[in-house]
Amino acid sequence: MREADYRTPHFGADSVEHRSRLLELWETSPGIKGFFTTVDHKMIGIRYIVTAFIFLALGGVESLIMRVQLAGPNGTLLTPEQYNDLFSTHGMTMIFLYASPILSGFSNYLWPLLLGSRDMAFPRLNALSYWIYLASGLFLYAGFLTGNGPNDGWFNYVPYAERAYNPGLNQDFYALGMVFLGISTTVGAANFIVTAMRTRAPGMSLSRLPIMIWGTLTASVANLLVIPAVSLAFFLLWMDRQYGTHFFDNTEGGQPLLWQHLFWIFGHPWVYAIVLPAMGMVSDGLPVFCRRPLVGYAPVAISTVATMVLGFGVWVHHMFATGLPAVSMSFFSGISIVIVVPSAIAVFAWLATIWLGRPVITTAFLFFSSMILLFVIGGVSGFMTASIPVDWQLTDTYFVVAHLHYVLIGINVFPVIGAVYFWFPKMTGRLLDERLGRWNFWTMFIGFNLAFLPMHVTGLLGMPRRVYTYGPGMGWDTLNLVTTIGSFVLALGVLLFIINVLKSLRVGVPAGANPWDAPTLEWAVSSPPPAYNFAVIPTVASRHPLWEARLGTRGARSSVDQGMLLDTGKETLGTSALNAHPDMVLEMPKDSSAPFLLAVGTAVLFVGLLLRQGVTVSIGTAIAALALLFWLWPRQELREREAAHG
Amino acid sequence: MTSPLDYLHSAGGSADVIRPLTWTTLIISTAVIVVIGVILWIAVSRAQARGGAEATRSIPIQEGARGTKWISTGVAISAVPLLLTLVWTMVALAKITSGGPANAIVLDVTPRQWWWDVQYASPDPSQIFSTANEIHIPVGMPVKVRLHGADVIHSFWVPKLSGKADAIPGRTNVTWLQASAPGRYRGQCTEFCGFQHAHMAFEVVAETPEAFAAWRSRQLAPAPEPTTPEQMRGRDFVEYRCGLCHRVRGTTAGALIAPDLTHVMTRAQIASGTLPTNTGTLATWIRNPQALKPGSLMPNQNMTGSELADTLAYLELLQ
Repeated sequence: MREADYRTPHFGADSVEHRSRLLELWETSPGIKGFFTTVDHKMIGIRYIVTAFIFLALGGVESLIMRVQLAGPNGTLLTPEQYNDLFSTHGMTMIFLYASPILSGFSNYLWPLLLGSRDMAFPRLNALSYWIYLASGLFLYAGFLTGNGPNDGWFNYVPYAERAYNPGLNQDFYALGMVFLGISTTVGAANFIVTAMRTRAPGMSLSRLPIMIWGTLTASVANLLVIPAVSLAFFLLWMDRQYGTHFFDNTEGGQPLLWQHLFWIFGHPWVYAIVLPAMGMVSDGLPVFCRRPLVGYAPVAISTVATMVLGFGVWVHHMFATGLPAVSMSFFSGISIVIVVPSAIAVFAWLATIWLGRPVITTAFLFFSSMILLFVIGGVSGFMTASIPVDWQLTDTYFVVAHLHYVLIGINVFPVIGAVYFWFPKMTGRLLDERLGRWNFWTMFIGFNLAFLPMHVTGLLGMPRRVYTYGPGMGWDTLNLVTTIGSFVLALGVLLFIINVLKSLRVGVPAGANPWDAPTLEWAVSSPPPAYNFAVIPTVASRHPLWEARLGTRGARSSVDQGMLLDTGKETLGTSALNAHPDMVLEMPKDSSAPFLLAVGTAVLFVGLLLRQGVTVSIGTAIAALALLFWLWPRQELREREAAHG
Repeated sequence: MTSPLDYLHSAGGSADVIRPLTWTTLIISTAVIVVIGVILWIAVSRAQARGGAEATRSIPIQEGARGTKWISTGVAISAVPLLLTLVWTMVALAKITSGGPANAIVLDVTPRQWWWDVQYASPDPSQIFSTANEIHIPVGMPVKVRLHGADVIHSFWVPKLSGKADAIPGRTNVTWLQASAPGRYRGQCTEFCGFQHAHMAFEVVAETPEAFAAWRSRQLAPAPEPTTPEQMRGRDFVEYRCGLCHRVRGTTAGALIAPDLTHVMTRAQIASGTLPTNTGTLATWIRNPQALKPGSLMPNQNMTGSELADTLAYLELLQ
């Protein structure tokens, strides 16, 4: 039996017949069936991106309503209840339903293309991850639209979140929704880690990984470690609320501070998880427009990992005012200051890349390079909050609101929009309009800074966060008006972006395979790429496979038109973790309805838990169990075979 | 550029220790932004082309200089202010957390949704009294504040005098107040605590030791006796209606779940820093607190005109 599990893959050159054979194996069937069953990472990636942008737009509209309320003192547009629902939903939306999923979307789309592979390691898990993200997003928004949205901030401190102070369904929606969403993030992270370790093109050793892979890989490892903390916290909260446990209730021996620890042990590493992949986009995208390789590849890659490692030792800086002992806080203060160093490495690497390169100003370049400045502004304000005494003044004022928006908009939204300008041609085959792009960039850049730069001063003048209104005579009136105006300009910029995307989808200039003359593998395939990505498995000999001739790379050259054919089934290559030596032929699963059905079953289960209806819970569990059984049923064609390469 | 809650200015206590550190880190931060901004601007202005994909392709690829000096130099320069801030942070932290004299005045402050219960502690029970939303302290003397959590988490903050300290159920946190000059310093809850988090302010009144002593002995006294018929009817009303939640020492109104009203008229503001104290605002507040602070735990009072007039007549007495 074992004998049959070995085989030698065929090597050869790309050809028309070969491609048509692959297409038959890989292409998702059209129509409604394909829609629900596809496991193609590119389709899933685009779905992630589109869904996340819809949530970004929703979160943006929520913030505009709040900005109208806060434009002047004693605003009366919103009741306190409505305002609290809005600011909490805004935070939840932007952080959980936009910032992380958008990066998952790009990584899903790009990873196999960057890595020279035909799909993610676990394509069905990938589909499940998306469907659960969508279902949990709908679940959370069902709460908001029925007046049961989160109402205690995204951080959701107890005891206010407990039933005694928060009797509605709001917190049950939020708690269960977060546990639900955690499943998506967890399986997604596991998939990224295995994909990075096992499905790289031969020759793509760790030292040849694009920085974006480093970013998402690091973030995924962090996610696997920290998501359990937040899922547990929300589960315990739900138990407290519905089953009379007292995990956070001090009158019965519980501890409100436990929530804060569990939440921030998750929350702060998570902040890095939602910026590191975006920083990776800049590290990979910016050099293309500087017409040279990134300065300091190794320091930047190491600093990515270092940020995350240090990032596990900073969570208490969210809790400096809780009365923890000064000695233990000073440890976290020290780490929070030290973590500036890896960020500084990235900043100076980017600056040097522009300075020592020959920059070409395109819209993507403008987004990537301006991000450096926004990153520095968000970074230094974060450095200020790392100093415990200073934080005692800064924390919970608008200074922190300004800080976190520079971090999340500056280091996530700006690189992401830049990444759309950069990779949209790859995804669609058409370039975005550069002229409209300039308008898009400058409106967003000016609007954003107009809204959030003065907000630092609002904070220094003492305006507390999370207030639905404020009185006159506090010195905040003009600043708030400016912020409101800026937020609308920023929104206009986002609107221009959406218009550009919709317009260019139809009439954009055809892009060709490599419109930017970029160095990495995704640009070696057509735009948009075929379902199977690579007709032959590429061989990688350097960090810049498509620039080798011009960089004068010595020794072996990368190859994208000759290699393993892998066309006897839906196959891709498994390689070793460190050096990417060919290891085994991976049999990839065909399109399947199991992920969708599992997500539906899980959604029904969570609705049942929310309503505490045993019948609904049972139905959901049954659907999920059947879907899992169907999914895991052993199939002859999916057995893994090792390549007999000696 | 000064506002009641700004922390770029300070008036004593730990705020004095923090202020120079805040300014220094702010100046360092601004300088970093300017320097990086200028480098970035110069680097970008050396652009070889502008446009789109075609312009990008027109510039050939070059290996270029290695440039790792940029990183080592940049990090080395960055390390200096980081180290400085780290050391200064620890020094300031040690100074602030070293406590104060053992014989200091001690306050027990219990923030509640959405007001501040303030009790002046004393080993002698006859010297203990309660007030709300207004803290008096003698100038130049450190005052110890014990923060008790009662319902949800709140945070005690008087930016001109001291940084934030949370009041967490099941814990007692300690912070110190000290003012170097007489004045009124605004405080504010800074941990989100529900509907009226926005309207949860208070004031610290720093006064000369003599004025403080006078204030204290006045606060210790029970409520003045009513003299006119209106005031007497007003007291009756306060006892059987307001007394369900409030206390007026010297009467049968003895509940402790809402602000102590014994000397309410001596306080500059009502409804936790929301309105100035006068007959008009009191009338508006008593009749319709839900319009002023929606969600407030004080229900609207259905009172006849004469009931309200009587009540106000009595409350005005509570000096």
